[in-house]
Amino acid sequence: MSSWLDYTINGLIVGNVYALVAVGLALIFGVSRLINFAQGSIYLVGAYIGWVAVVQLHTPLPLTIIVVAAAAAVVGLVIERFGLRPLQNSVRIAPLLATIGISFVLDQLVMLTFSPNPRALPSQLPDVRFQLGGGTIGPLDLLIAGVGITSALLLFVFLRYSKLGWAVRAASQDRDAAMQMGVDVNRVNQAVFGIAAALGGVSGMLVGMYYNQIDTAMSLQATLKGVVAEVVGGAGNVPGAVIGSLLLGLVESYGVAVFGTSYRNLFAFLLLVVVLVLRPNGLFASARQAPPEPLTGTFIAPSRPVRIPRWALAVAAAIFAVLPFFPVSFYVLQTLINAWLLGMLALSLTLVAGTVGQVSLGHAALLAIGAYTSALLSLTLSVPVGLAVIGGGLMSAALGTLLISPSFRLRGHYVSIATLAIGEIVSLVILNWEGVTRGPIGISGIPPLSLFGYDLISPSSVYWFSFAVMVVLALLQGRLLTSHLGRSFRAIRDDDIAARAYGLSLNRYKSLAFIFGGFAAGVSGGIAAHLYSYINHETFNTQQSILALTVVILGGLGNVVGAILGSVALVGLPEVFRIAAEYRILIYGIVLLLLVRFRPQGLLGTI
Amino acid sequence: MAEQHYPMLSLRGLTRRFGGLTAVDAIDLDLARGELISIIGPNGAGKTTLFNLVTGLDRPDAGTVRFEGQDITGLSPERLAAEGIARTFQLGRVFGNLSVMDNVLIGAHTRLRAVKPAVPVIGPLLELGLALLRPSSVKAEEERLREEVKAILARFGERLLPRIDQPAYSLSYANRRRVEIARALALKPRLLLLDEPTAGMNPTETAEMQALVAELKAEGLTILLIEHKLEMVMRLSDRVIVMDEGKKIAEGPGEVVRTDPKVIEAYLGHGLSGAAEQESAA
Repeated sequence: MSSWLDYTINGLIVGNVYALVAVGLALIFGVSRLINFAQGSIYLVGAYIGWVAVVQLHTPLPLTIIVVAAAAAVVGLVIERFGLRPLQNSVRIAPLLATIGISFVLDQLVMLTFSPNPRALPSQLPDVRFQLGGGTIGPLDLLIAGVGITSALLLFVFLRYSKLGWAVRAASQDRDAAMQMGVDVNRVNQAVFGIAAALGGVSGMLVGMYYNQIDTAMSLQATLKGVVAEVVGGAGNVPGAVIGSLLLGLVESYGVAVFGTSYRNLFAFLLLVVVLVLRPNGLFASARQAPPEPLTGTFIAPSRPVRIPRWALAVAAAIFAVLPFFPVSFYVLQTLINAWLLGMLALSLTLVAGTVGQVSLGHAALLAIGAYTSALLSLTLSVPVGLAVIGGGLMSAALGTLLISPSFRLRGHYVSIATLAIGEIVSLVILNWEGVTRGPIGISGIPPLSLFGYDLISPSSVYWFSFAVMVVLALLQGRLLTSHLGRSFRAIRDDDIAARAYGLSLNRYKSLAFIFGGFAAGVSGGIAAHLYSYINHETFNTQQSILALTVVILGGLGNVVGAILGSVALVGLPEVFRIAAEYRILIYGIVLLLLVRFRPQGLLGTI
Repeated sequence: MAEQHYPMLSLRGLTRRFGGLTAVDAIDLDLARGELISIIGPNGAGKTTLFNLVTGLDRPDAGTVRFEGQDITGLSPERLAAEGIARTFQLGRVFGNLSVMDNVLIGAHTRLRAVKPAVPVIGPLLELGLALLRPSSVKAEEERLREEVKAILARFGERLLPRIDQPAYSLSYANRRRVEIARALALKPRLLLLDEPTAGMNPTETAEMQALVAELKAEGLTILLIEHKLEMVMRLSDRVIVMDEGKKIAEGPGEVVRTDPKVIEAYLGHGLSGAAEQESAA
């Protein structure tokens, strides 16, 4: 029985850490109606600054905390000033994409500076445990609890009694009215980002000390956990975020107690999906809120797409089709095969994120479902590879749509969170469902691509196969966009309330978009599995989801030709310029940020 | 069912509260077939909330909405659109990135038959397949609807037809309102709810809009109208309902309502007469 008390204490301590992240998210959401996807990156930065302070500079603990809080706050202020303030009057998708880009840039900078290898972060506190009832508690637990409670109190006093705190509360209740009354919203934003970043940084440092280990994978986990806690408590609700965090900590801790450590995250994300479905406004939201304000056509940037004549497209396709007849190197073909595979994923994402406006951050999960289905069909059931790939596409369409369906009633940022979480759930299920997926070992010996009994082994045959599949998918998608479904999807994206008032069921049409897009992504994953011959739960990761999103923004949201052009550009250009692999993701992040700021409609324009 | 016994729309005790505020307070209303009723009242009186309750965008806390005798309280907006209820929005909600043609075609969405077979479970998949394959029945339906859209746009003279392929975000404010009304007409509504169709229009444009609404009424369309321009209300309405602070404070023919002291007080401000008395006393 004593261990239950230990699990409770552990849950509350971890919950306290989540609270530091979640409170920052709630403050920012309250003022800007923005979920800051970069919050986890600030947490990561805080952990590494803490490491520098403790290990390199040997600062005493109180000074370490102050240094970390101050440095993280500066990062937060920089993000607000240069990343988000220029986007204040942009379309709603812009700040969402910007925080995603900032998060990737920060994570990569930390990774490049400190290497991705885990480091130890000693806690600077005596390693003793005190007996407490049936369990034990250490000085670090007390420190974390102390920091949590102190920050909550300071925040309460700030919001309640300082003039700036009043301004923050006023701005979060009604931003326009607050501005009318002379509240300087820029200063409010600065304050909120500074506070959120300081809390997030300290939280990262404390977690590093708690587990005596820091690594760059912490960032995404922290963002996800913070967002889960915040959404459970009700977005923008600061006390709700604290309670949501403690609840999340307890749910995880008890889940680990019953099922084991590898299930920790699964519980967090399941909690998120359950809350999003049952109480999308959080556990503590008032029963029903006023219908949201109309936001007509402001989600994506209006633009006139560049019209490319059909003959030009046909000529381009013909040139790529005959390319293997010319003496091109294996390397060029290999690069283009990668571009075609990414192109299929981008086609899928540009339909879902661009045409229907559901900015999915979990699209790699669709690749994984397609890849595992196709690999297992061909390996265990000896299905011919060509059919297995189609099976992968169908499974991805069906299962992917089913998994993502809880997010159909959500909007904007919530869709991104939910899809991110669903992507993580898929990856965790693959890791833990050893009976089917072979768990962490992965699947090896996947047969090569073959068609009608002929193995496609030569680079040119693989090239032709992947190119042909992509072209067929692109033509189908182009046809879809000119049908009544194309206009229905775009109507839902532009104004879902008006769309519903004219009889468009959101579930039905979002499902259809995900079914069509899921098929393309699943086929891409299936082909990849047979090309790689080995896959595991990390083959298809969030980085690919972000890469695909950058491709889609680069080409123009919803733009079929743009998706393919963007894939060739983002796969090809780093090869042309021989950019080292570790810098590529950094560059994708920067490209995303520059696009959002200076050419939100992408190269070929939004459709 | 003998439908003519029922009013087209019938509200009983319809109530919607937001926290401490009762935005719509026990509203009763009967709208007969072919009738045009205007709802007037100061800003914040609950008129648009009432529209949201009737069209399913919001659910009432109490009371019922009946449409041709059938209880439709709390049904989803997509169901109500299929029943033949169309509306326009106060602040204008066109689909910004869609062309004028596509905006109005969305209005006809509930009337798609060939491409949307009414088959349970696999219906959506058939719809996807038909949209991609486009057999001749689907093409013919699409063509017919496009012709209908052009006929609807022709009702607005030369305002919209020359701009049929332009994206709606590029239109003037008044033209966006027209697109909204065209979209509503494309639904072939049995009941049309117009939320301030002339907001932001100049006198010429208002006169045009008034002529159009009069035409629609003459064609037998049942219309619920929210409007601030009293002259238009007086000319078009069979009856006028005045709302203030969620309550119906007056109902009747325009000329009668217009002189009702309660209405005048609602428009001039509460306690104004009282304040004036106090002032004169002091």
